[in-house]
Amino acid sequence: MVVKVYGPAYASPKRVILCLIEKGVEFETVHVDLLKGENRDPEFLKMQPFGSLPVTQDGDLTLFESRATMRYFAEKYKSQGTDLLGKTLEEKALVDNWIDVEATSFNPPIYALTFQILFAPALGLTKDEKVIQENEEKLAKVLDIYEERLSKSKYLAGDFFSLADLSHIPFTQYLVGPMGKEPMVKSRKHVSAWWDDISSRPSWAKTLQICPPPM
Amino acid sequence: MAIKVHGIALSTCTGRVLLCLLEKGLEYEIVPLDLANSAHKKQPYLSLNPFGQIPAFEDGDVQIFESRAITKYLSRKYKDTGIDLLGSSSLTETTIVDTWMEVESHQYNVPMQKIIRQMIVNPAYGIASDEKIIEEELEKLGKVLDVYEERLSKCKYLAGDFYSLADLHHVPYLVYFMRTLKSSVITSRPHVNAWWKDISSRPASVKLAESMRI
Repeated sequence: MVVKVYGPAYASPKRVILCLIEKGVEFETVHVDLLKGENRDPEFLKMQPFGSLPVTQDGDLTLFESRATMRYFAEKYKSQGTDLLGKTLEEKALVDNWIDVEATSFNPPIYALTFQILFAPALGLTKDEKVIQENEEKLAKVLDIYEERLSKSKYLAGDFFSLADLSHIPFTQYLVGPMGKEPMVKSRKHVSAWWDDISSRPSWAKTLQICPPPM
Repeated sequence: MAIKVHGIALSTCTGRVLLCLLEKGLEYEIVPLDLANSAHKKQPYLSLNPFGQIPAFEDGDVQIFESRAITKYLSRKYKDTGIDLLGSSSLTETTIVDTWMEVESHQYNVPMQKIIRQMIVNPAYGIASDEKIIEEELEKLGKVLDVYEERLSKCKYLAGDFYSLADLHHVPYLVYFMRTLKSSVITSRPHVNAWWKDISSRPASVKLAESMRI
């Protein structure tokens, strides 16, 4: 039975899809329309009681939370494809450290910007300019810290590409693309070089080709 | 001492790491920080945690931050010391623990952090609480706890029939929350309440709670 990933059009499921492609694992996708509220259907809530995307099925196992799911596949297929977890206890700890930085410091402001700028209009809501400005400032401070980190280390967890970098790709693409905020990345020399590197991986081109974003 | 935690016991994020150390019975040292003078926002602390947040952690040459990454590191490195907090007997079990750790971080922690800030942190600094925020966030927390109620009606702990980091990560904020006037949010949900009674009565949890007195 082939792995199934629900909600490929959106950003969080793309963490899982990127991981599967990097590991050379076959998968299918199932479209879920958030704007129609398909994530609140009873059938969907049976799989993911919080109604968020993604959901991933691997045989009998139903998984949710993209970061736990990408770690699962990276571990399950650790002997094939790209090593995404680090080899030593210390490397693994640094990967976990920087995945959590993405989750707790990077994601909240970039998610707020994505919602306000890209999704609010589609939902018939007015953009809140105050929220946009506050979150742009927060994100800028986070990117300043990344700039310092990436001036010492090619990738976030060290000298190897890992899930910590991968986890940033889907939402950063929204930032530099449809949100029109590429200068936030380009104006920071090391962040810019890191973004050019990780976004030019074949796995990302493949992801965008098979799972185009909703806008 | 090899294991050093930079932070204070009153901090819920530091508490997460301390609780893991207590559960595993590991020796450690708390390195105090002059938070009143913003030591955590300056060097040398920033070289341990560039975000200027607590805790930061050292174990010999290993230096990391983010409390949930630290507890994972400890549970992995010291897997055979004390109880197994990661469900290490199979990848499926570990992944279910991981999933509910993510739920704690994204679904539970977001409203809970705001509630505790309004109800406990602000008053401690003489700042007025915002009742509107408290009510809004309690409503969001209630919806999350409805899912927990359903989950805990089917299994004793969040990841299954064993206590794990998925449960442990909830403890520090709940220690504070259960001292507020809104604790009925927990006590009114029978399975969540039974789960809280169980995990809060663990000796390590009792010890942590004693050190979390403002």
